[in-house]
Amino acid sequence: MGNKQTIFTEEQLDAYQVRYSNTFIAAKVNILQSQLHGRYHELAPHLVPMDYTNNPDVKLPLALIINMPELKENPFRNRIVESFSEDGLGNISFNDFVDMFSVLSETAPRELKAIYAFKIYDFNTDNFICKEDLEKTLNKLTREELTPEEVNLVCEKAIEEADMDGDNKLCFTDFENMISRAPDFLR
Amino acid sequence: MAHSVSFDMRDLTLESPVDEGVVHDSFSRLIEEQSQSLDKDDNGLEMQVLSEEDVSEEDLLEEDRDNVPYLVGSTWDRLEQERGPEHTDPLTGEQWSNATLKVLSSMPSRTIGRSRGAILSQYYSRTLQLRRRRQSRPSLRDYPHSSRPSIRGYGVEIDATDLGREECKKDKLVNNLQNLSVSDRTRVLKGMPLSLAEKSELRKLATSYKGAQMPYRGQIPCCSRLKYYIIIALRHTWYSWLSFLLSLQLWQVALKRVSGRFGTGVLSYFVFLRTLLLFNVFLVLITGFFLVIPQAVHPSRRTGPAVAFTGLELLTGGGYFTDSVMYYGYYANSTLNGSCQPTRNNSRDSNRTDCSPKDPGDAGGGFHLSYNMPLAYFFTIGMAFFITCIILVYSMSKSFGQSFRVDKPQGSLALKVFCSWDFKVMKKSSVKLQSENISTQLKELLSELSSPHERKSVLQRLARVSVHLLAWTMCVGSTAAVSFAVHYFSEYMHNDLKKRADLTTQSPLEKEASLLALPVVVSGINLLLPGFFNTVAWMEEYDSLSMHTHVAIFRNLMLKVSVLAVLCYHWLGRIASNPPGLNLECWENFVGQELYRFLLMDFIFTILDTFFGEFLWKLFSQKALKRKRKPVFDIARNVLELIYGQTLAWLGVLFAPLLPVVQVLKLLLLFYMKKASLMLNCQAPRKPWRASQMTTLFISLLCFPSFVGAAVCVTYTMWSIKPSGHCGPFQNLTTMFQSGKRWVQELADNHPKMAWLAWMHTYLVENPLFLFVAAGIFLVVIYFHTQVVDGQRKIICLLQEQIESEGEDKKFLIRRLQAIHEQRRPRPVQRPTPLGSERLDENV
Repeated sequence: MGNKQTIFTEEQLDAYQVRYSNTFIAAKVNILQSQLHGRYHELAPHLVPMDYTNNPDVKLPLALIINMPELKENPFRNRIVESFSEDGLGNISFNDFVDMFSVLSETAPRELKAIYAFKIYDFNTDNFICKEDLEKTLNKLTREELTPEEVNLVCEKAIEEADMDGDNKLCFTDFENMISRAPDFLR
Repeated sequence: MAHSVSFDMRDLTLESPVDEGVVHDSFSRLIEEQSQSLDKDDNGLEMQVLSEEDVSEEDLLEEDRDNVPYLVGSTWDRLEQERGPEHTDPLTGEQWSNATLKVLSSMPSRTIGRSRGAILSQYYSRTLQLRRRRQSRPSLRDYPHSSRPSIRGYGVEIDATDLGREECKKDKLVNNLQNLSVSDRTRVLKGMPLSLAEKSELRKLATSYKGAQMPYRGQIPCCSRLKYYIIIALRHTWYSWLSFLLSLQLWQVALKRVSGRFGTGVLSYFVFLRTLLLFNVFLVLITGFFLVIPQAVHPSRRTGPAVAFTGLELLTGGGYFTDSVMYYGYYANSTLNGSCQPTRNNSRDSNRTDCSPKDPGDAGGGFHLSYNMPLAYFFTIGMAFFITCIILVYSMSKSFGQSFRVDKPQGSLALKVFCSWDFKVMKKSSVKLQSENISTQLKELLSELSSPHERKSVLQRLARVSVHLLAWTMCVGSTAAVSFAVHYFSEYMHNDLKKRADLTTQSPLEKEASLLALPVVVSGINLLLPGFFNTVAWMEEYDSLSMHTHVAIFRNLMLKVSVLAVLCYHWLGRIASNPPGLNLECWENFVGQELYRFLLMDFIFTILDTFFGEFLWKLFSQKALKRKRKPVFDIARNVLELIYGQTLAWLGVLFAPLLPVVQVLKLLLLFYMKKASLMLNCQAPRKPWRASQMTTLFISLLCFPSFVGAAVCVTYTMWSIKPSGHCGPFQNLTTMFQSGKRWVQELADNHPKMAWLAWMHTYLVENPLFLFVAAGIFLVVIYFHTQVVDGQRKIICLLQEQIESEGEDKKFLIRRLQAIHEQRRPRPVQRPTPLGSERLDENV
């Protein structure tokens, strides 16, 4: 890994610290970020330049990102990458890449995690978790081990439990309210 | 017009979440705006005439993908198709007009996390709240997340479609951000769900307005450029120093690896181990600085002949170690006259407990600091326990705060679906195991739902109750039997020791080795009996797995507490009351050695258990039984063993100030050993493990029976047991507590000004009334806390009701909007007349 000054300008380094409130973590960011750049570079050495000082417009496709060991076995890997990409199709720029890692890290605030989790579970990107989304979630969670009837029943019950305004699907408020009862969520 | 259409968002940011009136206000405003935009648009926003091109134009304008055509095109149609037949709600049964759809599309629940404008305005109102709060109540550090994404918080999202207004919103947000303090600003920015580029833009705007914080490199004069470079260089060194500190953060990589393979449950064990290690490092530091180093600098003269090092000492803790800083007996009961550097430092440090005595003789001889060892001993142990207590209570309350949420019995299914996935797990087999677990749990929940409470026959229930009774009788009986066995065995060993004490012919080696019998027996019991409990638990069936875990923990705890209670009686009752019977010169040393032996034996048995129970068992089950399953890492049992070891360490600090060092070494070794064994032999537990709740439980167990028990024993020793007459810092005193009292009296005699201290001592410390009052105040504080928590729970219930009623409101308003639209529809399409807002207000 190269010296970080050659990869990023001072201002860029500053900008990445936006996410981190205390200086302790901010210091970590500068190191982490060059590490992250290393990871990003590793994924496609021929596409990603080592020198990032002039903000090159490089995006890596979904197929490359989901092969990272952190995501490889995750059943929601496609959705994770899609939710963090700016175009929603899974093409990840370096900024998105940093975004993804910082939200999935332990230090990210719970609220932020909730928002992205909602995006991840919202498969059809209609800003609601409807029955269809839930079915997909369930099939991914259980590796399609449940019968369709069971899936159906679980979906109905889950929506019934979490839906508070009675529109038969979960909006973000419902979702946030529900996960507030699970302290272990996305730790 | 009842409401002027102003886009000043100040009106919409509310402090009180229970202010109902304004909800409707914001709604009417919303509808007004809708009508306004209908008005303004010359083409008319009757969507029937909007061609596809218009839509795409608007698409470009809106910037977010969350606009009308998107919804109209895909989701709504589909949703209606989906729910049409089964859903009889009048809301969905209707065919919506497009204007209504437009309103619907910009509803807050739909824009969250998507629309940039929505986020901006949400955070605008948040920052404003924060500013107001800072002005009025600066003491409130954390602002609550009460600014839930409700309709109120947004209010203005409707104009998210307008680019110009978004800019305006952004300006206001930036303006607000500037007025916040730096830490608040970063905190707010950090929590914003925007992409990095947007955040850094906001940040740049917010910082640059304030004044030239970022000088341009070309224009600045030479000296300030130099200054700038120096600042940069300093910052780099600061960062590298910080990163060095970060790399010291213990076992981060190892913990990551463990959590990646086994999930948060197993991780909680290692995190707990690390917490214990930190507690012990703290103890080592405190006893090291205030007791061991001062004493080591002034070695006291040896009383007996020097004992050669044989090697058995490492196991028994006796022999060579007896007359060293390791044990209580070595410490002097006199004032150490400080002539060398470390003592001087230490005595200055120890001023915090006022334990540097003002000896009149010393005071005459110029500047001469002295170190009163008995006092230092007394206060160091006292302060160590006091600070540990504070840290424990603090971490316990913090962990309670994290794990305590308002829990409703229903809602478990939805929670299971969304929150059961452990995103940390990376290993393929663990991922597979996890999804298997989740599907079995879901199936169980479903079967519970379909047949809620099948009535069991009286006979079945009777059988079940009797099985439970039998299991409990067996567990309690075996625990009692073991306690009695330990009691009689310790008595036997005690008598044996007495006999040996009289016989002088026996070789000291054999004598030392016989001391190991009791620790070996107790550690063996601690190892074997939990296995017996597991077998017993296997025959009884509990409804829930968490119940099962809690019962197992309770039984193990019962065993450990009763064994430790018997042992404490043995040490403090039998040995301490009659030291001459054993021919002991210093019973404190003996007890310290006993604790050392117990700690060490516990460690050795843990190693054996890891080797035989995990490694060999895995080989056996895989090779001989041809089973693919590996042994399960039993988190609860392992954690309880840690707690047991820690109790021993706390008990022993008084008698052996260096015992925490042994504990630190033990924990370090244990970490690497358990980690290696885990990676090699084990698989993740199949039971669901709610990590944060369990962490709370463990911390409370560490606090309540373990720490409180140790503290009670130590206090009892200090208050009412007579220390040995010929060794240790407290010889010639009736109790250890006397040393403090004597010092206070001396102080009062020599310095009449300090008489109030003696007065305080007699009336506050020795008078039980004061203790009662203090305990009473403590209880009152706890009571208030529970009341506050209770109130918060009620507020949460109220807020949930409010969300429900807001949902009703939403439905009502949309229906109303649709009705109005229906009224307008028959008219000719050319120029729509403005909607009367007065009429709307009436309706609302």
